[in-house]
Amino acid sequence: MTSKTPVELLPRPANVSRRGFVGGLSAGIFGAVASEAAGAETLADVPDRGPGADLSAHSERSRFAKLDRIPEATPGKRNVDPGDAINSKTPHQKLVGNITPTDLHYERSHSGVPDIDPAQHRLLIHGMVSKPLVLNVEDLKQMPSVTRVVFIECTGNGWENWKKADPDVTVQNTHGLVSTNEWTGVPLKFLIDLVAKDKGSKWMLAEGGDGAGVDRSIPLTDEIVNEAFVAYGQNGEPLRPAHGFPMRLVMPGFEGNLNIKWLRRLKFGSEPWMTRWETARYTQLLANGKARQFQLRMETNSVITQPSGMMQIQPGYNRISGLAWSGHGKIAGVEISTDGARTWKPAQLSQPVLSKAQVRFQMDWAWDGKPTKIVSRSTDDHGNVQPDRQSFIAAMGTNALFHYNAQQTWSIDEAGRVRNVLA
Amino acid sequence: MSSHDKLLLAGILTAGLLAAPALAFDFGRPATPQEIKLWDIDVGPDGKGLPDGSGTAVQGKQIFADNCAACHGDNGQGGIKDRLAGGQGTLASNMPVKTVGSFWPYATTLFDYIHRAMPYPTPGSLSTDETYAVTAYILSLNGIVPADGKVDKESLPKIKMPNRDGFIPEPEFDPARLFRKK
Repeated sequence: MTSKTPVELLPRPANVSRRGFVGGLSAGIFGAVASEAAGAETLADVPDRGPGADLSAHSERSRFAKLDRIPEATPGKRNVDPGDAINSKTPHQKLVGNITPTDLHYERSHSGVPDIDPAQHRLLIHGMVSKPLVLNVEDLKQMPSVTRVVFIECTGNGWENWKKADPDVTVQNTHGLVSTNEWTGVPLKFLIDLVAKDKGSKWMLAEGGDGAGVDRSIPLTDEIVNEAFVAYGQNGEPLRPAHGFPMRLVMPGFEGNLNIKWLRRLKFGSEPWMTRWETARYTQLLANGKARQFQLRMETNSVITQPSGMMQIQPGYNRISGLAWSGHGKIAGVEISTDGARTWKPAQLSQPVLSKAQVRFQMDWAWDGKPTKIVSRSTDDHGNVQPDRQSFIAAMGTNALFHYNAQQTWSIDEAGRVRNVLA
Repeated sequence: MSSHDKLLLAGILTAGLLAAPALAFDFGRPATPQEIKLWDIDVGPDGKGLPDGSGTAVQGKQIFADNCAACHGDNGQGGIKDRLAGGQGTLASNMPVKTVGSFWPYATTLFDYIHRAMPYPTPGSLSTDETYAVTAYILSLNGIVPADGKVDKESLPKIKMPNRDGFIPEPEFDPARLFRKK
């Protein structure tokens, strides 16, 4: 933060107390518990210091910070019994910075989370190779490693808003299927050299050890060969089971389903296999009845997380903050409109801005108390601009169901209520 | 050290660098053909990978009732999970119904998917013949093979699914063009 704080920059209307505006923001970041607790009117009200709890084997989150994902069955079927859920969404409205906490990284599985003993897990690499190999986790840990901050995004992210906008949803509902973690593992290139891949092999099948045996055909472009890796580490620790323990493929910038979890097989071949996932499932049905296939890269995207759906703001100073990301590379800039996409102002990006990772953006804003709409628009270093909803739907129709990256608009009424709208 | 020795040393070092791939099997161990066969289950659209065996739609009807109908409904419709039959002609409407018959481009994918992932509670529990039979039955529900039809590794890749030509590859990753541009 610079010495010029936002408070100095922008005069606050006299009718808004500091307590009111802090309370509004707190509800977003710390959740219901913080706003229920009695506040400290003066410093004398702040509880005395004293000896705290014993140290422990691992650090738990404060009981005052309520952070939970939302298990979901299909669009609109939320907070379901975990046994009925097919995904679990990240609470972006309560997070700060660029990295998603490990336990809040979104989760999507197609046959539950297998309980894998790493001592018994094996990775088979075979097909068009000279030296088919069987590897275990310890073998991977012995190899040269890369560590990289990467977003992973479910192709279904944004599925709430394809056909209509439910006003009573949060950004967790609309955009909770993307998260950013630091992943550690072995470069795919190293494994390719190890098994002496045939030069004629241009495709790779990656298969998981889950009940569904999820498998995808991956084109071995230079970019993918140079950037993909088999990860065993997540934010400095072993992968969590929900995220692929003991090993998963990480495909920076590519759709979540390609980042095969519980990886147990890499097979090299000459053509794609046309698995269920790349034919019947993760393809984009256009209005004319044809479907786009092999739309593997995630698009240039952004969303305002603060203030966002179901929050309430006060007139005067407000800080707008959100996340931007692109499967093409780095975010070059984010613009924010506070007048329904009529005029735009550049937002600040939180460093570091990393390729194929989410980055936080922010901007000061003085709300005049009149109903309006706020929206963000990102541009990446390849010149891709996040589309407005109208042109996006004109190109994709409303049946595609995957790869939604239209600009997200939040409406604000005269009472400061923030609601989801289409534009 | 004589210049000859230096040359010799340089030669040894170079040989050592070139021989680096010999270290490959320090990681893991070679996979044997027998064990690869255990896991090598994928099936391509050309039928590569399909095992010997066969099954009929008539056989498949009972196997489906016993293993699949609880989730997918009788006749592959009306269940709690994906609808498997019908929907042809709806893809360009406001309410597209994506089923095996209306959407899937390859019949080989159906065998592969049933074999690897179904029945959901016990994936891989159906025999090869049973998997062929259920495949034939689901195809028959969609009018793609006759009610008394039979499929095997020869016939399955030859089936032209109704929506075979319904897919447009993204230009960046179009398999037909991707590695042939240069």
